[in-house]
Amino acid sequence: MELFSLAIKSIFIDNMVFAYFLGMCSFLAVSKKVSTALGLGAAVIFVLTVTAPTNWLLNEFVLKEGALTWLGESFATIDLSFLRFIMFIAIIAAMVQLVEMVVEKFAPALYGALGIFLPLIAVNCAILGGSLFMATRDYTLAEAAVYGFGSGVGFFLAIVALAAIREKLKYSNVPNGLKGLGITMLITGLMGIAFMSFMGIDL
Amino acid sequence: MSTETTQTTEVKQPAEALLSKRRKNFITDPLVDNNPITIQVLGICSALAVTTQMQPTLVMAISVIFVMVMANLTISLLRNTIPSRVRIIVQLAVVATLVTLVNEILKAFAFDMYKELSVFIGLIITNCIVMGRLEAFALGNKPYDSILDGFGSALGYSWIILAVAFFRELLGSGSVFGVPVYETISGLFGEEFSLATNGLMVSPVGAFIILGLIIWVQRTKTGYVEH
Repeated sequence: MELFSLAIKSIFIDNMVFAYFLGMCSFLAVSKKVSTALGLGAAVIFVLTVTAPTNWLLNEFVLKEGALTWLGESFATIDLSFLRFIMFIAIIAAMVQLVEMVVEKFAPALYGALGIFLPLIAVNCAILGGSLFMATRDYTLAEAAVYGFGSGVGFFLAIVALAAIREKLKYSNVPNGLKGLGITMLITGLMGIAFMSFMGIDL
Repeated sequence: MSTETTQTTEVKQPAEALLSKRRKNFITDPLVDNNPITIQVLGICSALAVTTQMQPTLVMAISVIFVMVMANLTISLLRNTIPSRVRIIVQLAVVATLVTLVNEILKAFAFDMYKELSVFIGLIITNCIVMGRLEAFALGNKPYDSILDGFGSALGYSWIILAVAFFRELLGSGSVFGVPVYETISGLFGEEFSLATNGLMVSPVGAFIILGLIIWVQRTKTGYVEH
């Protein structure tokens, strides 16, 4: 039950995009068409679900203060948490490489559509942010996995919703200066207000 | 014999001025005309989360300037030795090292600020401006030019997030840099001038809308239209 409420919380209340501004780059750049947004969203769900528990294991057994105790008593005082950024980003980069190879093999059309944005998932702040939040909030392994999955679904919902709105937006007359990024930011703001209605829900 | 002739035929180029017109452009161009946030749509990720108040925003801006200048310099020095297949990993490693440095310095000397910025310093690693400039500029240019380019882009990023933070803090908390403005106004002119703060500005929504409006004003002035 706890896990379920954590999932709901990470999807709606602590939404990666609307509450923490994470993954904005690809959120803005790949949200022009629903079909590509679906592909990227699915890739982000997968990468987040895999990297969060992997990084949890890494943090728990290698990086945290006293994490190396399993190697012997003399290692108990070692604190490698300053290596967190480098190790997390390395894991993420490796996972993204893996996803890229799988997608290229099994869904070449999607691979072509995602183009440059597939390797750029490695530098998607939502992925690294998920791992860092997971580490600072002291989740358990199961919670980390659920949190990673939930955050991914939150990002997926946000990007698909925005893409759907932007497809409709093609038929409206937007002032020149607002075209593109400007109007997208305003729409995101309004969507943020909608998501604010989930705030204060205690699960 | 042959080495002597090559030495004599070598024409000495006059050294380019330290701040020639071309180099000044590296700094001035990203400020308005080619701003990383409002025109290139890069680096919005970690920028908006810290802009509820001016002070953490300033720390964030300084950190980004430091990371970008140093990363551009490092990658530019290494540019001929990095095989292009692994360049993303190399860039990430360089940037992550610099960010770790910033993080540890903040932890040691400004612990309150470190707590407040929490994971967002770490997220400079995935700031698209840093990677974008490394990829687009530092990999193909000399160290000094790369430093200037990194500095210019980081400055363009900084002034936008400071502008967003100014409006968000003023309208949302009624203060600037922690100095109460609204209270002073109502203190000077009496109770009927007391201004209400807008809670929406403190929430993420305020950041999106303020940035959207800044983009609108800026693009209307420069006449840039996205298609």
